[in-house]
This record gives sequence, structure tokens and C-alpha cells, in this order.
Amino acid sequence: MIRESEMLVVGGGPAGMMAALQGLDNGIAVTLIDDGIEIGGQLIKQTHKFFGSEMEYAGTRGIELGKMLKEKLFNYDNFTYLGKTTATGYYEDGVVTAVREDKEYMKFRPRVLLIATGAAERPLAIPNCDLPGVYGAGAVQTLMNLYGVLPGKRALMIGAGNIGLIVAYQLLQAGTGVAAVVEAMPCIGGYLVHASKIRRSGVPILCSHTILDIQGSDRVERAKIVKVDDNWNPLPGTEKWLEVDLICVAVGLTPLTDLLWQAGCEMRYVSELGGEVPVRNREMQTSVPHIFVAGDAAGIEEASSAILEGGIAGLAMARYLGAPMTDSEYRENSAKYWNELENFRGGPIGRRILEGLKKVLEH
Amino acid sequence: MRIKEHPILKFDFSKKVQFYFEGQPMYGVEGEPIAAALHDNGVMVLRDSINLKRPRGFFCAIGHCSSCLMEVNGEPNIRVCIVPLEAGMRVNRQRGKGELR
Repeated sequence: MIRESEMLVVGGGPAGMMAALQGLDNGIAVTLIDDGIEIGGQLIKQTHKFFGSEMEYAGTRGIELGKMLKEKLFNYDNFTYLGKTTATGYYEDGVVTAVREDKEYMKFRPRVLLIATGAAERPLAIPNCDLPGVYGAGAVQTLMNLYGVLPGKRALMIGAGNIGLIVAYQLLQAGTGVAAVVEAMPCIGGYLVHASKIRRSGVPILCSHTILDIQGSDRVERAKIVKVDDNWNPLPGTEKWLEVDLICVAVGLTPLTDLLWQAGCEMRYVSELGGEVPVRNREMQTSVPHIFVAGDAAGIEEASSAILEGGIAGLAMARYLGAPMTDSEYRENSAKYWNELENFRGGPIGRRILEGLKKVLEH
Repeated sequence: MRIKEHPILKFDFSKKVQFYFEGQPMYGVEGEPIAAALHDNGVMVLRDSINLKRPRGFFCAIGHCSSCLMEVNGEPNIRVCIVPLEAGMRVNRQRGKGELR
């Protein structure tokens, strides 16, 4: 049986939830599928308060924001949520397949589809990087912030971008020691306010440093770090072994674009956005007219921008389906999100994103 | 090990259930990922890699990396990072690719 639906959203993170809400607000029936145990994606693991302004819920912690969006969604009768459901493919006839709870095979044919699949952690290519105890930063957050499990006793954080810095601080809050944060770049990539908190806690942030080796019999026991020169070459004599049982990898994310590729959406490699991403217009519509994209799947950024992009996409999808709104209403509402997004991207990190967007955003 | 005190979060560990890992009884919280319960019990090695038989553990927690494929109630290739724990589950380390029944 093929389930015919108006709007199908793949991915229940901030982008997917916001887009679904926009659809529902405009009277559209929305089905959302998500492979996680709980709706909310990475949002519900974020214990820190967001920056920005009111429209993207700044000053609110991700965990609270996740709950709030969830409550709003479940208030709608025409909202169908299918959790523990993994989208497995997109077919030529516009059918999206999925498997629910590893048992039930499902087929959907939506009139409009949002791909809000998020991103996957990039692995580290060094000896023994597959040992138990080498975890992605998002996975560490899941263990400690969602389920109250201590991920280790003493951690080494790889990467001082926002995720590395934030998760290092969250490790300290959970009661895991942090031996150091290492960053191969000569300076940190994330916000200074997060770095300052870590430094105040006495954890060194070692820029121009990288990890060379991991040792342990069947789990991580120690890691070797080294200073690097301007060309990323390790400087002999600066190697140091750290006794750690957890190596937290925060060296970047890759957009999860499988469905976009299968659907034949035009893709481009944009390093500023984390890899291959879909060409889209200002409505977040891809080159396949009924397929829209939002959040990290469109380019690696932050929860706040995912929320705003979800809003833009959801609104455009509702209009695509003929929801009652005048052109000027649509333009006005979409512009609100765009203005916020432009403000949010005003800083130095946003500048890079804007450079990347020039390569895939078509007018 | 569980987090005992946290400046922001409060955890509810009250829904304790028993499950079995390699035949040994263990306890976890109902509904949490099987992988979280195993981690709490100190189980770090979840399976052996297919070719080199190297130990593999938890990694991505979003059902994407295949590092945590285990045998649950006799069924192989279960992504234990996104499958909730139920009372009485029999969880085993997976060796090889597993067999379809």
C-alpha cells in the first residue's frame, strides 16, 4: 500500500519540526518520519542556550526548545509522526520507502517532500580510530545529556569548533574529566564564550595540535598528541601521550544527502557547507520542484539556522500545495525568516556560510 | 556508570528493567537505547568487525555508522544505538554478518 500524503518530512530535528509546523499552521496535513527513538534530532541534546534573537528562540536551551516544538506539533490532529522509522530510498515514481522499527516496510507518495536528514559526524583517519571509546561528539551528547550515562572518565576532545567546545564543557558538567581540547588550526573555530568557559575550568585548548595515535587492547587507553607547524606537519619532539579512555571526535560534519542524490537533485561540492549539497532557491526548493531541503542536509550550520531554514521551507511548501495565502502574505512571512537568517549569519562564522551559499543559491 | 549530579539536567532512572548480555543479567532503563544500557554496564565492545575481527563499539548514535550492529532476540544487524531497551531482551555480540532467518 502506498500512503498518499500532502507533505512528507524526512527528519525530525529542528529544521524538520519547524517546517512541519509551518505546514500545519497553514492547514496542510503533515507526515514526519524520523529514525531516532525520540523526535528532536540533535536539538534535544543541547543543554546550552542559543544565540541570535527571538525568532529562532535564542536564550532557550535546545532541550527546552525541542519539547516546545514537539508539544506544538502534537496539538495538531492532521500531524502524523512515525518515529523509529528509517527512510530507505527515493524512487522514480516519487515514492519514498521507509522501514519502521526494523519490521514494517512502508511506502509514501507525498505531493511535496522535505529532506531534513541532518548530518553525520566525520571520522578521524588515524591508527586505531575504530577502537571502542572513540565516539562522535553527537554520540557523547546522546549518552550523557539524554540518558545520563557517563561516556568515560577522562576525555580528549578533537576539534575546537563550536561542537568541540560545547561538548567539552558538557563533559565537565556531566563529571567526565577533559585532558585537553586539541585543534589543528592555529586558532579556535567556535565562539570565544564557549572556549572561555573551558579555559576557566582549567582545561587546556591546544591549537596547532593534532592526534597521531591511539592505543588500547580492546578499548581506548591512551592517545598521542603532537604540535604541528603551519603546514600541518608534526613537530618532532613535541609528542605527548595522554591517559584517556574517551576520544571525542568533533572534526566536522557531512550533510546526509542520500535521498537528494537518489531523487536526482542537482548537487554541488561546497567546502564551506561541509560537502556535496543541493542547489536550491530562496524557497529552499531543490532542482526537483516538489523536493525541498532545510537544515544541515542543505549545508552544515547551526540549530538556529536550521530552525529558520525549516520555517522558510515549510512556508514555501505550504504555498506550493496551494495553502490559502496571498503572495504578499507569503513574501512578508518568508522575508521575516530571511532577515533573521541574514542577521544570524552576520558574524565571522556566518561569512563563510554566505560564501558557500553563493555557490548553490539560485535566484 | 550513570551521572549522579548535573547542573542543568535531571534524569529519571526509575524504570529499571532486566535484560541479558551474552547470557548475563544486566539492568538498564526501559526505553533508552540498548547501547546506553550496555555502556552503563561497562560493555564497550559491541561486535567484531567483519574482515579484521577488530573490536567495535558505540560511535555515531544516529543509526548511520554500523559500528553498533548486534544480535537482539536472535535477530542480527540491529542498530542498538537507536533501538529502545525492553525487559527481557537478549543481546549478544555479533560476529560476522549475521544470518537471515
